[in-house]
This record gives sequence, C-alpha cells and structure tokens, in this order.
Amino acid sequence: MKRLLIALSIASLAGVSGAAQAVNWWDLGNTQVGPAKTLKQFHNYFKEHNPNMPLTKYALGSYAFSPEMYSQYQEAIQFNPGDLTLSQGKALWNKPFPNGKTYASCYPDAGKGVAAHYPIFNEKTHTIGTIGTSLNACRVANGQPTLKYGSSDMIALQTYLASLSNGMPVDVQVKGPAAIKAFEEGKAYFFMKRGQLNFSCATCHVAYAGKYLRAQIISPVVGQSAHFPTYRAAWSAVNTLQKRMEGCDKKVGAVPQALESTDYRHLEYFMSYLSNGIKINVPGYRP
Amino acid sequence: MADNIGNPMIRMASSAKKGALVEVRSLIMNPMTTGLAKDKAGKLIPAHFIQTVTITFNDKPLLDIDWSTAVSANPYLAFKMRAESSGTLKMAWKDNTGGHWSADSKLTVA
Repeated sequence: MKRLLIALSIASLAGVSGAAQAVNWWDLGNTQVGPAKTLKQFHNYFKEHNPNMPLTKYALGSYAFSPEMYSQYQEAIQFNPGDLTLSQGKALWNKPFPNGKTYASCYPDAGKGVAAHYPIFNEKTHTIGTIGTSLNACRVANGQPTLKYGSSDMIALQTYLASLSNGMPVDVQVKGPAAIKAFEEGKAYFFMKRGQLNFSCATCHVAYAGKYLRAQIISPVVGQSAHFPTYRAAWSAVNTLQKRMEGCDKKVGAVPQALESTDYRHLEYFMSYLSNGIKINVPGYRP
Repeated sequence: MADNIGNPMIRMASSAKKGALVEVRSLIMNPMTTGLAKDKAGKLIPAHFIQTVTITFNDKPLLDIDWSTAVSANPYLAFKMRAESSGTLKMAWKDNTGGHWSADSKLTVA
C-alpha cells in the first residue's frame, strides 16, 4: 500500500513536470514520423525554446544568441577570408576539361540554384548524391580522374557551386520510400550516442542549442547546413559540413568516418532538410 | 591547382568625393609559418612568410610595410587613405621564399 502511494505520487509529479514542456528533445528522434512531420516537430521545439526568434535568424547559428559575437561577425564578413577560396573555386569551375566542356555543362542552369536542392536522392544510382559526389560524377562523365574529397580543389569547387545558390532558400526534397529511408537513417545517426563522451549530435545541437559549451554557444541544427562550406577561424580555412561532422565525431571521442561515406551523406541529407526555408549564404564565417 | 597561396584580393570603393576617406581592404593567402613549429613527424616546418607589402598610388609610394612571423596566416590588411585624385592603387606582396604577388584597384575621385 505504502509502495503504491509512493509510486502514484512520483507518477503524478512526473506528469506535472511533463506538462510544463510540450516536446522532449529525445522524442524528436522518432524515425517513424516521416520528413514533413519531423520538420514541423523541430520547428515547434525550437519555437518553444526561442519564442521570439524568426526562422530566418537561425541562419546566423550561434550569432543569433550573442549580440557581441554578432557584431564581431559583421566586421569579419566585410572581407570574409573564405572569399579567397571562393575565387579559387570560380577559376577551377570556369577552366574547361580537355574535351572542351566545363562543369557548368553537367548542371541545369549552369549550376545556378542547384545547391539549394542538394543533397538529392539519385534515382539512377539509388544513393544520396551531394554537391561533392556530383562534382566527381561530372569529372568522370568528362573523362577526368576524380578529385579527393577534402582536397583544396574539391573544397573550392564545392564552395563555388554552393555559392551559385546564395540568397535562395534550402529546398531539399525527400520523396519515395528509398529517399525516406535514407532520411531516417540520417536522423538515426543524428540521435545516436557515440564515442567516449557518449554524445549524439542532438545532445548538443538540440538539447543544448543556444547554451554554452565551455566558452562557445552551441548552434541549433536548424540553419546549420545553409552556410556550408564555411570559413572557420579554428581551421583558418574553408571546409565542408562533412568535415565538421568528422570533427564533431572526433571531439566526442568517436572514430570519424571518411568524407562522403554513406552515413555522412545521409546525415547531410537529414540536416539539410532541417534547414529548408533558410537562405543559403556561402561561404559562411564562423569562429 | 588551388594551392593555398597568393590569390590577392583588394576591396575598396571605386569612386569617392575629393577629400573623403576611402577604406582599402586586402587579403592574401600565405601560411605565415615561423619556422619554429614542428609537423606530426617531428620535422621543423620551414619559415614561410610575407616580408614586405609595397603600396603605391599612381606609382607614388603610399605605404611601405615590413611584416614578420608575428602576422598570422592569410593576412588581412586594411587602411584608410584620403581621396585626392583619381588613379590606380597598386599593392605588391613579397615573401621570404621569393614568392611575389600584386593586385591593383582603380579609384575615381569626383
């Protein structure tokens, strides 16, 4: 009887604290709800935690949470060091292959607006294609050897191609059972804990978004993909979202994966979908 | 090849009123290594840094700058100049391994 009373009181207390918060962050990791509902749930979660932050402001990441950092950012982007990589990318993009064609011939509209829809589910190869894999596919189609992912040429090209979508909202599509499966796999990776520190991506970028991790403010996952490839002061260089995934995996003490691995492409697919509606701004500038 | 060196860029207003201050911003890629750091194999990374930046306006000396290893990688240099006459601003960077790069930018003064 006494045990039953205690159990009941604990249950009612839990019920009271549960009612104060509509969405628990770990519930967002349900991989059965599908992309559209996922996006809605994420938007609702962040709206609850940041009621006065419009969706567009999520493009600023951590800067949205600190006016001091934001004013430093505004000074820094007066001449974004990433622009050097961008101009390198432009030169590489415009240089014709030995057969006379250029990269522009591989993309609709010569590449303008293409990155806004990436990653995509490629019906032919039945895999998720990213900007990086599409560039190498273009090279192979024109009789050229592939570029190593993470090489400065590849990064420069990725940066330039992404910049051709600047100002356009991210618009990643997830249609059909195979694409949905890849999306859910990306979501599962995002919520799965790993490494020595036993963190998942969500541990920081959902549960602690806007809060401090040592001396830095953690950015929310919504809006993260829109500024990649980005210049990072920590790197003194421009690099891609997948490079950051590799870095995050290392930071939590997990073994990182190779760039453009299946997991990283699916994760990029998931993360980019979560930034749907947010304008692309490449190269970004981050601490 | 996208070697992460050189590729200088200058950003400044292309026109200004006479007597107005014009802000000139420049960026160039260079590792600016001190020669004191070691790589993963334990070998010293050789010193590689920009030593001089020579800035002229209409071929007249404007700024002569000596840099050293104290300047960090991919140096950003910004300065203000007074718009007196129309002309071309030229910047030349030289590093300790014989590398040299230049860029210019035109200014029209009303």
